[in-house]
Amino acid sequence: MADTVSKVDIECTVNGKLSRFQAYPMARLLDVWREGLKLTGTKEGCGEGECGACAVLMNGAIVNSCLIPAIEADGADFRTIEGIASGAQLHAVQEAFLECGGAQCGICTPGMVIAAVALIERHPHPGDAEIREGLAGNLCRCTGYQKIFAAVVRACESTGRNPPENR
Amino acid sequence: MRAYIPGYDLRVPGSLTEALGLLAGEPGIWQPFAGGTDLMVLLEAGKLSHKRFLSLSKLADLRGIEVTTDAVILGAMTTYTEIQQHRVLQTEFPLLCAAARETGSIATQNRGTLGGNIANASPAADSPPALLVYDAEIELISARDVHWLPYREFHTGYKKMQLAPAELLRAIRLPRRVKAWKQYYRKVGTRKAQAISKVCFAGAAQMQASKVRDIRIALGSIAPIVLRAVKTEDVLRGAKLSPKIIATAKETLAREISPIDDIRSTARYRLRVTQNLLEEFLSQLRR
Repeated sequence: MADTVSKVDIECTVNGKLSRFQAYPMARLLDVWREGLKLTGTKEGCGEGECGACAVLMNGAIVNSCLIPAIEADGADFRTIEGIASGAQLHAVQEAFLECGGAQCGICTPGMVIAAVALIERHPHPGDAEIREGLAGNLCRCTGYQKIFAAVVRACESTGRNPPENR
Repeated sequence: MRAYIPGYDLRVPGSLTEALGLLAGEPGIWQPFAGGTDLMVLLEAGKLSHKRFLSLSKLADLRGIEVTTDAVILGAMTTYTEIQQHRVLQTEFPLLCAAARETGSIATQNRGTLGGNIANASPAADSPPALLVYDAEIELISARDVHWLPYREFHTGYKKMQLAPAELLRAIRLPRRVKAWKQYYRKVGTRKAQAISKVCFAGAAQMQASKVRDIRIALGSIAPIVLRAVKTEDVLRGAKLSPKIIATAKETLAREISPIDDIRSTARYRLRVTQNLLEEFLSQLRR
């Protein structure tokens, strides 16, 4: 009876460390992180690729982990929110979220931080429009968008990447 | 209700030969899985009825953008992000770049593919109107055969297409003949970002003095399939863009489309907006 399939071996890099695990081929990567690897920083919002709460970096590009089947993680390099700080040293984006009050209930925050990191890695000197576009795939149910936007502007300034004349 | 995940299979063939072999061996059993940005949504909603899928992610033959003297050929697994970043597409095929930029979020654009957008066959897809305007052709490949098909013949009805169970969409070919044409793309949705279109309009025209030498108009979300507005094009081809001819074109367009009321909009709104977009496109041609 071929009604169910077996789990498959998957090997990928997660936050700089080689990770080996077994998962059903169609399991959502989001569930693999949270339930298998206990990386619960990645959140589930809508579960349909609209809200960005489950965003992670896959081979350097932002993706929604609710839309990635586990088997396609094989061989890839991932960074989740747990891998954004360097030990106790927070990333400039995380510092800026603290300073500007960029987090309210916190559900969207991991995805927002990932989106901001992805944006700054792509565009070291983003203009206002680019920041808005870079965050457009992430929804905040508390509607704290202004402070999130301000935090990303601050993060760019604090890393010396976004002198005011570029904005 | 969520799907029962162990009930779904997803194989990842490493070569095109292996993929086509699987499709030929059990036609209809294996369904292609491209970027997954639609299928994974259906899965989570418990609405994915098909159970066995073939991931195209490792097929190098379906990737890359090739530029020749007379065409640009995009592998079916080209992502929306790759489309936006490509120099020749930016300068000669701006409608496709605009469609890619307006599809979902950046996270979706990093995963979603042009081939997936075509074969998913949604009448509300963003890139097909651009492809129709560009007279795109698509390459269909199976273990036994390879052939090219004009894209405008591909969709035959709602979610129906000329794709055999053992076939894969390998590539999309855009003839390099519209560089000097005036081009227009506009997607109307509920919001600026992350919206599915209520109406999607793509147009291109070749002007000669104040006359329309040639014109192509394609629309999404206003019929069971994306379509070329051929009768409206006929009205405009060779004409001078007077207020009278524009009015005639708008009336013709109304008879050529069949918008419906649904979750995203109403037939009345769609008709009015489609006519307004035509007028905006034509008024830009007069400048």
